[in-house]
Amino acid sequence: MRTLTRRNGGKSASPETGWAPLLEIAILDVFDVMLGAKLRTAIPPDPPLAADFTSMVGLAGDLCGVLSFHCRAASALQITSRMLGMPVTALDETVRDAIGEICNVVAGNFKAKVAGIVNECMLSVPSVISGADYRLYSIVDGERVEVAFVFDGEPVWVTLDLNN
Amino acid sequence: MKKIKVLIVDDSSVMRKMVERSLRQSGLDISQVLEASNGMEALSLVRQNSLDLVLSDINMPVMDGLEFIRQLQAIESAKGVPVVMITTEGSASPMGEALLFGARGYITKPFTPDQIKEQVFPLLEA
Repeated sequence: MRTLTRRNGGKSASPETGWAPLLEIAILDVFDVMLGAKLRTAIPPDPPLAADFTSMVGLAGDLCGVLSFHCRAASALQITSRMLGMPVTALDETVRDAIGEICNVVAGNFKAKVAGIVNECMLSVPSVISGADYRLYSIVDGERVEVAFVFDGEPVWVTLDLNN
Repeated sequence: MKKIKVLIVDDSSVMRKMVERSLRQSGLDISQVLEASNGMEALSLVRQNSLDLVLSDINMPVMDGLEFIRQLQAIESAKGVPVVMITTEGSASPMGEALLFGARGYITKPFTPDQIKEQVFPLLEA
Protein backbone atom coordinates (compact mmCIF):
# COMPACT_ATOMS: atom_id res chain seq x y z
CA MET A 1 0.00 0.00 0.00
CA ARG A 2 1.30 3.42 -0.95
CA THR A 3 1.26 6.30 1.43
CA LEU A 4 0.72 9.91 0.51
CA THR A 5 3.58 12.10 1.62
CA ARG A 6 3.65 15.85 1.82
CA ARG A 7 5.88 17.37 -0.81
CA ASN A 8 7.61 19.51 1.75
CA GLY A 9 8.84 16.48 3.63
CA GLY A 10 6.30 16.56 6.41
CA LYS A 11 4.59 13.59 8.00
CA SER A 12 2.71 11.12 5.82
CA ALA A 13 -0.77 9.75 6.16
CA SER A 14 -2.22 6.50 4.98
CA PRO A 15 -5.42 6.99 2.97
CA GLU A 16 -7.20 4.18 4.82
CA THR A 17 -6.54 5.61 8.24
CA GLY A 18 -6.23 9.28 7.33
CA TRP A 19 -8.30 10.48 4.40
CA ALA A 20 -11.44 8.33 4.41
CA PRO A 21 -12.57 9.14 7.99
CA LEU A 22 -11.87 12.85 7.46
CA LEU A 23 -13.77 12.78 4.19
CA GLU A 24 -16.69 10.99 5.86
CA ILE A 25 -16.86 13.54 8.65
CA ALA A 26 -16.75 16.40 6.14
CA ILE A 27 -19.71 14.98 4.20
CA LEU A 28 -21.73 14.16 7.31
CA ASP A 29 -21.14 17.74 8.57
CA VAL A 30 -22.19 19.36 5.32
CA PHE A 31 -25.40 17.35 4.96
CA ASP A 32 -26.28 17.90 8.61
CA VAL A 33 -25.72 21.67 8.66
CA MET A 34 -26.70 22.62 5.11
CA LEU A 35 -29.54 20.20 4.51
CA GLY A 36 -30.62 19.13 7.98
CA ALA A 37 -30.07 15.52 6.87
CA LYS A 38 -28.48 12.70 8.81
CA LEU A 39 -26.65 10.45 6.37
CA ARG A 40 -26.13 6.77 7.01
CA THR A 41 -22.72 5.42 6.05
CA ALA A 42 -22.74 2.53 3.57
CA ILE A 43 -20.31 0.23 1.82
CA PRO A 44 -19.27 1.61 -1.59
CA PRO A 45 -21.19 -0.42 -4.22
CA ASP A 46 -19.26 -3.01 -6.22
CA PRO A 47 -19.58 -2.86 -9.18
CA PRO A 48 -19.86 0.94 -9.03
CA LEU A 49 -23.26 2.52 -9.62
CA ALA A 50 -23.87 4.91 -12.50
CA ALA A 51 -24.50 8.42 -11.22
CA ASP A 52 -26.93 10.81 -12.93
CA PHE A 53 -25.00 13.78 -11.52
CA THR A 54 -21.30 14.10 -10.79
CA SER A 55 -19.74 17.30 -9.49
CA MET A 56 -16.00 17.74 -9.22
CA VAL A 57 -13.64 20.13 -7.45
CA GLY A 58 -9.92 20.12 -8.19
CA LEU A 59 -7.34 20.21 -5.42
CA ALA A 60 -3.90 21.71 -6.01
CA GLY A 61 -0.89 22.28 -3.78
CA ASP A 62 0.41 19.82 -1.20
CA LEU A 63 -2.71 17.73 -1.82
CA CYS A 64 -3.35 17.29 -5.58
CA GLY A 65 -6.29 15.58 -7.16
CA VAL A 66 -10.03 15.68 -7.65
CA LEU A 67 -12.87 15.35 -5.17
CA SER A 68 -16.08 14.13 -6.81
CA PHE A 69 -19.63 13.92 -5.48
CA HIS A 70 -21.99 11.46 -7.18
CA CYS A 71 -25.73 10.92 -6.91
CA ARG A 72 -28.80 9.82 -8.81
CA ALA A 73 -31.51 12.14 -10.09
CA ALA A 74 -33.84 11.51 -7.14
CA SER A 75 -31.13 12.54 -4.67
CA ALA A 76 -30.17 15.56 -6.77
CA LEU A 77 -33.76 16.81 -6.65
CA GLN A 78 -33.99 16.14 -2.92
CA ILE A 79 -30.70 17.92 -2.20
CA THR A 80 -31.78 20.95 -4.23
CA SER A 81 -35.20 21.01 -2.55
CA ARG A 82 -33.62 20.98 0.89
CA MET A 83 -31.12 23.70 -0.03
CA LEU A 84 -33.86 25.98 -1.35
CA GLY A 85 -36.47 25.05 1.25
CA MET A 86 -39.06 24.31 -1.45
CA PRO A 87 -39.93 21.34 -3.67
CA VAL A 88 -37.91 21.07 -6.88
CA THR A 89 -39.09 18.68 -9.60
CA ALA A 90 -37.17 19.73 -12.75
CA LEU A 91 -33.66 18.50 -13.44
CA ASP A 92 -32.37 21.84 -14.68
CA GLU A 93 -29.63 24.42 -14.14
CA THR A 94 -30.71 24.97 -10.52
CA VAL A 95 -30.08 21.30 -9.72
CA ARG A 96 -26.66 21.40 -11.40
CA ASP A 97 -25.83 24.53 -9.41
CA ALA A 98 -26.89 22.86 -6.14
CA ILE A 99 -24.90 19.68 -6.79
CA GLY A 100 -21.83 21.73 -7.72
CA GLU A 101 -22.16 23.76 -4.55
CA ILE A 102 -22.51 20.66 -2.36
CA CYS A 103 -19.24 19.34 -3.78
CA ASN A 104 -17.62 22.75 -3.31
CA VAL A 105 -18.63 22.92 0.36
CA VAL A 106 -17.61 19.29 1.00
CA ALA A 107 -14.19 20.04 -0.53
CA GLY A 108 -13.82 23.18 1.60
CA ASN A 109 -14.85 21.33 4.74
CA PHE A 110 -12.45 18.47 3.95
CA LYS A 111 -9.68 20.99 3.29
CA ALA A 112 -10.30 22.56 6.71
CA LYS A 113 -10.12 19.12 8.34
CA VAL A 114 -6.77 18.25 6.74
CA ALA A 115 -5.28 21.66 7.59
CA GLY A 116 -3.04 20.12 10.24
CA ILE A 117 -1.75 17.50 7.78
CA VAL A 118 -1.52 19.49 4.57
CA ASN A 119 0.09 22.92 4.45
CA GLU A 120 -1.37 24.35 1.30
CA CYS A 121 -4.32 23.21 -0.74
CA MET A 122 -6.22 25.31 -3.26
CA LEU A 123 -9.66 24.46 -4.62
CA SER A 124 -11.02 25.00 -8.10
CA VAL A 125 -14.56 26.15 -8.80
CA PRO A 126 -16.85 23.11 -9.23
CA SER A 127 -17.71 21.43 -12.54
CA VAL A 128 -20.84 19.33 -12.97
CA ILE A 129 -21.56 16.42 -15.30
CA SER A 130 -25.18 15.37 -15.82
CA GLY A 131 -25.84 12.01 -17.40
CA ALA A 132 -24.49 8.57 -16.61
CA ASP A 133 -22.85 7.60 -19.88
CA TYR A 134 -19.26 8.61 -19.23
CA ARG A 135 -16.01 7.29 -17.73
CA LEU A 136 -13.48 9.45 -15.91
CA TYR A 137 -9.83 8.46 -16.33
CA SER A 138 -6.91 9.80 -14.34
CA ILE A 139 -3.73 10.28 -16.37
CA VAL A 140 -1.42 9.91 -13.40
CA ASP A 141 -0.89 7.19 -10.79
CA GLY A 142 -2.45 7.86 -7.48
CA GLU A 143 -4.72 6.84 -4.65
CA ARG A 144 -8.49 6.53 -4.71
CA VAL A 145 -10.61 6.91 -1.60
CA GLU A 146 -14.33 6.26 -1.86
CA VAL A 147 -16.98 6.73 0.78
CA ALA A 148 -20.68 6.00 0.39
CA PHE A 149 -23.84 6.97 2.23
CA VAL A 150 -27.57 6.56 2.17
CA PHE A 151 -29.51 9.82 1.89
CA ASP A 152 -33.31 9.59 2.06
CA GLY A 153 -33.11 5.94 0.99
CA GLU A 154 -30.89 6.67 -2.03
CA PRO A 155 -27.13 6.18 -2.46
CA VAL A 156 -24.76 9.15 -2.62
CA TRP A 157 -21.01 8.66 -2.80
CA VAL A 158 -17.84 10.70 -2.85
CA THR A 159 -14.50 9.81 -4.41
CA LEU A 160 -11.18 11.42 -3.73
CA ASP A 161 -8.62 10.77 -6.45
CA LEU A 162 -5.18 11.86 -5.28
CA ASN A 163 -2.09 12.23 -7.43
CA ASN A 164 1.09 10.84 -5.97
CA MET B 1 -33.48 47.46 14.23
CA LYS B 2 -34.51 49.14 10.94
CA LYS B 3 -35.35 47.29 7.75
CA ILE B 4 -32.17 46.64 5.83
CA LYS B 5 -31.13 46.36 2.19
CA VAL B 6 -28.71 43.49 1.59
CA LEU B 7 -26.42 42.55 -1.30
CA ILE B 8 -25.54 38.84 -1.59
CA VAL B 9 -22.62 37.98 -3.88
CA ASP B 10 -22.04 34.33 -4.85
CA ASP B 11 -21.61 32.54 -8.17
CA SER B 12 -24.11 29.90 -7.03
CA SER B 13 -27.73 31.06 -7.31
CA VAL B 14 -28.76 28.27 -4.93
CA MET B 15 -26.25 29.47 -2.34
CA ARG B 16 -27.53 33.05 -2.70
CA LYS B 17 -31.04 31.79 -1.92
CA MET B 18 -29.72 29.78 1.06
CA VAL B 19 -27.98 32.86 2.45
CA GLU B 20 -31.15 34.94 2.02
CA ARG B 21 -33.23 32.27 3.75
CA SER B 22 -30.75 32.07 6.62
CA LEU B 23 -30.76 35.87 6.99
CA ARG B 24 -34.56 35.88 7.21
CA GLN B 25 -34.59 32.92 9.63
CA SER B 26 -32.10 34.73 11.83
CA GLY B 27 -34.73 37.41 12.41
CA LEU B 28 -33.31 40.24 10.30
CA ASP B 29 -35.96 42.65 9.00
CA ILE B 30 -35.06 42.84 5.32
CA SER B 31 -36.57 45.37 2.93
CA GLN B 32 -34.74 44.23 -0.21
CA VAL B 33 -32.20 41.61 -1.28
CA LEU B 34 -29.98 42.30 -4.27
CA GLU B 35 -27.98 39.49 -5.87
CA ALA B 36 -24.76 39.39 -7.87
CA SER B 37 -22.92 36.37 -9.26
CA ASN B 38 -19.44 37.92 -9.18
CA GLY B 39 -17.53 40.93 -7.91
CA MET B 40 -17.96 42.92 -11.10
CA GLU B 41 -21.76 42.69 -10.98
CA ALA B 42 -21.64 43.49 -7.27
CA LEU B 43 -19.63 46.70 -7.79
CA SER B 44 -22.21 47.86 -10.31
CA LEU B 45 -25.04 47.25 -7.82
CA VAL B 46 -23.12 49.00 -5.05
CA ARG B 47 -22.76 52.12 -7.22
CA GLN B 48 -26.51 52.17 -7.95
CA ASN B 49 -27.87 51.39 -4.48
CA SER B 50 -27.64 52.48 -0.89
CA LEU B 51 -26.89 49.29 1.06
CA ASP B 52 -26.88 48.31 4.72
CA LEU B 53 -25.02 45.00 4.46
CA VAL B 54 -22.95 43.02 1.95
CA LEU B 55 -22.34 39.27 2.16
CA SER B 56 -19.82 37.95 -0.35
CA ASP B 57 -18.25 34.66 -1.42
CA ILE B 58 -14.51 34.65 -2.20
CA ASN B 59 -13.99 32.09 -4.99
CA MET B 60 -15.94 33.42 -7.96
CA PRO B 61 -15.27 33.72 -11.69
CA VAL B 62 -14.83 37.11 -13.46
CA MET B 63 -13.95 38.97 -10.24
CA ASP B 64 -13.37 37.19 -6.94
CA GLY B 65 -14.48 38.39 -3.53
CA LEU B 66 -11.07 39.73 -2.51
CA GLU B 67 -10.78 41.98 -5.55
CA PHE B 68 -14.41 43.05 -5.08
CA ILE B 69 -13.85 44.13 -1.49
CA ARG B 70 -10.59 45.88 -2.45
CA GLN B 71 -12.34 47.94 -5.13
CA LEU B 72 -15.33 48.52 -2.83
CA GLN B 73 -13.15 50.61 -0.55
CA ALA B 74 -12.83 53.26 -3.29
CA ILE B 75 -16.60 53.77 -3.58
CA GLU B 76 -17.64 56.71 -1.39
CA SER B 77 -21.27 55.57 -0.92
CA ALA B 78 -20.09 52.16 0.32
CA LYS B 79 -17.95 53.53 3.13
CA GLY B 80 -19.18 52.20 6.46
CA VAL B 81 -21.29 49.44 4.90
CA PRO B 82 -20.30 46.22 6.68
CA VAL B 83 -19.03 43.39 4.48
CA VAL B 84 -19.02 39.79 5.69
CA MET B 85 -17.32 37.08 3.66
CA ILE B 86 -19.15 33.74 3.31
CA THR B 87 -16.86 31.12 1.90
CA THR B 88 -15.72 27.52 1.80
CA GLU B 89 -12.19 28.89 2.28
CA GLY B 90 -11.72 28.65 6.02
CA SER B 91 -7.95 29.00 5.78
CA ALA B 92 -6.21 31.95 7.37
CA SER B 93 -4.62 33.45 4.26
CA PRO B 94 -7.65 34.59 2.21
CA MET B 95 -9.52 35.51 5.37
CA GLY B 96 -6.62 37.64 6.58
CA GLU B 97 -6.53 39.37 3.20
CA ALA B 98 -10.29 39.99 3.29
CA LEU B 99 -10.07 41.51 6.77
CA LEU B 100 -7.13 43.64 5.63
CA PHE B 101 -9.22 44.96 2.72
CA GLY B 102 -12.03 45.95 5.08
CA ALA B 103 -14.23 42.89 5.65
CA ARG B 104 -15.79 42.99 9.09
CA GLY B 105 -16.11 39.24 9.55
CA TYR B 106 -16.42 35.88 7.86
CA ILE B 107 -18.64 32.84 7.91
CA THR B 108 -17.49 29.43 6.72
CA LYS B 109 -19.81 27.22 4.65
CA PRO B 110 -21.69 25.18 5.76
CA PHE B 111 -23.35 27.68 8.12
CA THR B 112 -26.45 27.86 10.28
CA PRO B 113 -28.82 30.84 10.64
CA ASP B 114 -27.44 31.25 14.17
CA GLN B 115 -23.89 31.66 12.84
CA ILE B 116 -25.11 34.35 10.43
CA LYS B 117 -26.93 36.06 13.27
CA GLU B 118 -23.83 36.02 15.50
CA GLN B 119 -21.72 37.67 12.79
CA VAL B 120 -24.21 40.09 11.31
CA PHE B 121 -26.33 41.46 14.17
CA PRO B 122 -23.48 43.18 16.07
CA LEU B 123 -22.40 44.91 12.85
CA LEU B 124 -25.87 46.33 12.24
CA GLU B 125 -26.34 47.44 15.83
CA ALA B 126 -22.99 49.27 15.87
